[in-house]
Amino acid sequence: MAKIRYGGQAYESRQGESVLECLTAHGVSVPSSCHAGVCQSCMMRVVKGRVPAAAQSGLKPAHAAKNFFLACICRPDEDVEVAFIDEALQRLRADVLEISRLNSDIVRVRLRPRQPLDYNPGQFIRLYKGAGVSRFYSLASVPRLHHEDIHIHVRRMPYGAVSGWIHETLRAGEAVDISESLGECSYLPGHPEQGLLLMGTGCGLAPLYGIILDALTRGHQGAVRLYHGSVDAAGLYLIEELRALSKAFPNFEYIPCVSADEAPPPGFTPGMVLDVAMARHPDLSGWRVYLCGNPQMVSKGRREAFLAGASMGEIFADPFLPASGAACQ
Amino acid sequence: MTSLYEKVGGEAAVNAAVEIFYRKVLKDDRIKRFFDDVDMAKQAAKQKAFLTLAMGGPNKYSGLDMRKGHAHLVARGLNDSHFDAVVEDLGATLKELKVPQELINEVAALCETTRKDVLGK
Repeated sequence: MAKIRYGGQAYESRQGESVLECLTAHGVSVPSSCHAGVCQSCMMRVVKGRVPAAAQSGLKPAHAAKNFFLACICRPDEDVEVAFIDEALQRLRADVLEISRLNSDIVRVRLRPRQPLDYNPGQFIRLYKGAGVSRFYSLASVPRLHHEDIHIHVRRMPYGAVSGWIHETLRAGEAVDISESLGECSYLPGHPEQGLLLMGTGCGLAPLYGIILDALTRGHQGAVRLYHGSVDAAGLYLIEELRALSKAFPNFEYIPCVSADEAPPPGFTPGMVLDVAMARHPDLSGWRVYLCGNPQMVSKGRREAFLAGASMGEIFADPFLPASGAACQ
Repeated sequence: MTSLYEKVGGEAAVNAAVEIFYRKVLKDDRIKRFFDDVDMAKQAAKQKAFLTLAMGGPNKYSGLDMRKGHAHLVARGLNDSHFDAVVEDLGATLKELKVPQELINEVAALCETTRKDVLGK
């Protein structure tokens, strides 16, 4: 019988037993729902050995390529070692090149991994502070433009174990551990005419900035609309860069929104980012939608974009973020 | 023998139906309040699992799963009229996809077998 290794333990699987059944029988809690390979709640990753091809049926090619599989329909015929997706990340060392201020709360950290990092702009990495503590940060850089350097935006959180350390202690010249990249929230080439609607709050701009730079420099032809919101104009950032980008690329429009100022300075639109964007885009059929930042905005935005006609598969947001919300805090 | 699931069109039919169906449910004033605070991304997978089940496809939901999965909604007032609304929205979805009426009736009959468990009776 095949052995299933998880978390340093080896479990003997019985004839015909799935990975989900075997782990559950041994007290390992695996999220699951349909038990039929449909809902994908039980997606895991095989880190040693191979799982039968049937265990990857229905997965996106990018997930299958990363050796993800569905535990409920996986009946291994050889020994395998498995892990939950966010436990199985490879780590690499990266040098801190620069930490620069974007506004009063947010800094940009420029890192250079010592081995090449294969990523799509808008994906996220885990950044480790020592052994135990880590946070997710979205990638605002683009390999074509920034070569081997990667950029993250870090917002200083009250009592933030990692963000506080980055803001106050970490300096250029030091090195940190990061993970390989994760996530589906990035530009997908192949539909250059499609409209792209991007909505973000606060440092949720980081992935959107990477996606926009990626799309525009790949020659995206369709409308690209960025709605970036904050309480007031001081909470926004990269304003001049985004304005310059909209001058250079006529299909790109940047709409900075401020929610707590009814008469904002010229160039800023009053209102909540989602309200402003949805009022201007009542019909989103055929559009691709990106949502990043405040979790309530993301969750409400998903629903509103879907009801406005955007297809579920065309709405992107970071899928499994920690309780803190956006991947930048 | 061809199963109901195969006759309706299998996984391709479920994929075609899920967005139309879910949009109907979220816009349906009779039932949309039950979906107010759910995570849409997770809910989409559940809708797909539900449609697979409703169309007679592969699933392993037990009556007990159905009871547990809906108990919090029953506590919020889920009753027969809401169950009927969901079955109606599903029927309208399949009609839009040009599924023949006799198959829609079979789907509705299959949904009917879960009524007691869903409503915790």
